[in-house]
Amino acid sequence: MSENATKQATRTSETANVLADEPKGRTGASRVLLGRDAIMIYILLAFLVYASIALPRFASPVTVGFLLLDVIPVLLIAMPMTLVIITGEIDLSVASIAGLTSALMGVLWQAGLDMGTVLVISVLAGVVAGALNGFLVAVVGLPSLAVTIGTLALFRGLALVVIGDNAVANFPPALTGFFISKLGATGIPTVMIGVLVVMVFFGVLLHFTPFGRGLYALGYSKEAARFVGIHVNRSKFWLFVATGTVSALAGVYWTLRYSSARSDNASGLELTVIAAVLLGGVSVFGGKGSIPGVIAGVLLIGSINYALRLSRVSDVVLIIVTGSLLILSVITPSVISAIRRWNHDRRLRRHVPQAPASGSTSAVHQAH
Amino acid sequence: MTTTVHPTGTDSPRPSSGRRSPLSAIAHLRELPVLLALVALILVTWLINPLFLAPQGVKDILLNATIVIILAAGQAIVIITRNVDLSVGSILGLVAFGTGSLFVAVPGIPIIVVILAGMLFGAVLGAINGLLVTLAKVPALVITLGTLYIFRGLNNAWAGGTQFFADDRPQEFGNLSVDTVLGFPLITLIAIVVVVIVAVFMSGTRSGRDLYAIGSDPDAARVFGVPVTRRVLFAFVTNGVLAGLAGVLYTSRFNSVGATTGTGLELDVVAAAVVGGVAIFGGSGSVIGAALGALLLTTITGALTAVRVDKFWQQAIVGLLILAAIVIDRIAAVRTARRLRVSESRDV
Repeated sequence: MSENATKQATRTSETANVLADEPKGRTGASRVLLGRDAIMIYILLAFLVYASIALPRFASPVTVGFLLLDVIPVLLIAMPMTLVIITGEIDLSVASIAGLTSALMGVLWQAGLDMGTVLVISVLAGVVAGALNGFLVAVVGLPSLAVTIGTLALFRGLALVVIGDNAVANFPPALTGFFISKLGATGIPTVMIGVLVVMVFFGVLLHFTPFGRGLYALGYSKEAARFVGIHVNRSKFWLFVATGTVSALAGVYWTLRYSSARSDNASGLELTVIAAVLLGGVSVFGGKGSIPGVIAGVLLIGSINYALRLSRVSDVVLIIVTGSLLILSVITPSVISAIRRWNHDRRLRRHVPQAPASGSTSAVHQAH
Repeated sequence: MTTTVHPTGTDSPRPSSGRRSPLSAIAHLRELPVLLALVALILVTWLINPLFLAPQGVKDILLNATIVIILAAGQAIVIITRNVDLSVGSILGLVAFGTGSLFVAVPGIPIIVVILAGMLFGAVLGAINGLLVTLAKVPALVITLGTLYIFRGLNNAWAGGTQFFADDRPQEFGNLSVDTVLGFPLITLIAIVVVVIVAVFMSGTRSGRDLYAIGSDPDAARVFGVPVTRRVLFAFVTNGVLAGLAGVLYTSRFNSVGATTGTGLELDVVAAAVVGGVAIFGGSGSVIGAALGALLLTTITGALTAVRVDKFWQQAIVGLLILAAIVIDRIAAVRTARRLRVSESRDV
């Protein structure tokens, strides 16, 4: 079996496993085919088919290229963010870390260091920034929402301190060219290989390792997770280090893709990432979600935006779409479960008219 | 496990001890750290540069703080119920643009009508948030992140490239943020009155106290008979009203309003509330604290300029302040918990 095929096989079985693990009360194929992730993927595919038919210029390598180049930062950061939100935490400082990395790259490159050193130091800065978040959340025990609002301001502030209102743009053309180069005629950007590695890494980590499975337990109940022997604080710490590191990678990508290092790079990206992750089916309460679902969510937002832009819908309407999708995606399950509960109650009342409306279910079962 | 802390700062009544002395009540005020920080900041800056407290300097600081103070007071109400409203920046933007349009559409419209219309508009937007949160039972963080985008998109679609400038508005309206009484600009006085009213409501009325109960433990509050849904909806509507007021005053304060007015304000506002001692998971804190937090964060900007610190350091310092506020809050919570344990074990 060729290497590519193996990778393909791993990813399919990964999807299957995730869906199979969801306690939905369905069994066998219907579990896989009717799960939350599967529906997300159907919507994505349906939209892609529709767009290819309705928009003459949509189905082309150019689309693939620009669409992917645009979503890569969100796609990258969404991976560790999925894990963080599954544990019931959140990281709002990701875009600031990307901005700080970008500013550092600019200043270090300007100072005449060679590109290798610049990259290593910049990514290390992301690791340190993530470790600071992790320390405050996991070791000191502060709420991550508050901590990362603080570090959002702090890291963006440090980016300003580092580079001020300058911009550095004279990165080596060979390198910036590489970042927008495509794989042959497919239109897929070369850097997607790296992004794919990150995606597979976090997918395998979340779905196939004891560490990853433990994160779900952690998201459901911290106490229970501690009792079954999960290192709650250590897990959280490393997750924040991971978001810091990947955000730094996204910052590096942003800098070289646009060939510009500025303090305000990627600002506001944190809300886009979180919107995409939640749209992908991750519960903001923790304990629910999967990597394939999130990838579908990110790509759905990306392709809808791209399609609207192709049909000359102004950028301003795009954010209405993002917001509505987000709200719809969280409200629909609530509405469905409310309808289901109402149906269930009605059926119960019809079958056992003598049972009081608030009667316990066990009594109802005995009556049968 | 956390205790409900009254906005006045005294602990919940404990069986083992009587009322604490006024002095110790002051020492345990949740707002004390932010108040001390504010006083220290003003003192130090004034010692280095006396011009900082010249009438014009004070006026500038107050003008800059007014909008965020109103928004932070509203946000505090929502956060106290263990929710959050990220859409306030977008609400402010929509109302500000609406205010500008109103002045152009109806020449000679009385200012008070404009203010009331803005507050009503804000109330409608706040009610949308509140209804989505309470009916769908989805976390406010997600819903208001969604409405942040939707309101901003509507604002963009409505405004397009249009901007309203100060010339489009009557002179008296602009004067709200120019004229002063006892050194306080009129819009700042409006903000102070609003904050006092809301603070009295939160600490002195039954429905205000209910909001703290909901934030401490929503399920317990429901069991206790608190109408949780109605109260939470009310908190969002009130926040919308205040954001609407802020939007109108923004139009008076700043020269132009357009499609991007108020972008990115939401995190500043949440930060101000957190710095002011409002616990991010609800149940503790006060509107006054949030207003002080907003004043502190905006004063820092002015202070750094006054002592000639590189302006680029400003945001990093704000970040450090937020972190310091959370750590102080955490230490206080740990100490309260320990004291409660000690007093409980004494009772046995």
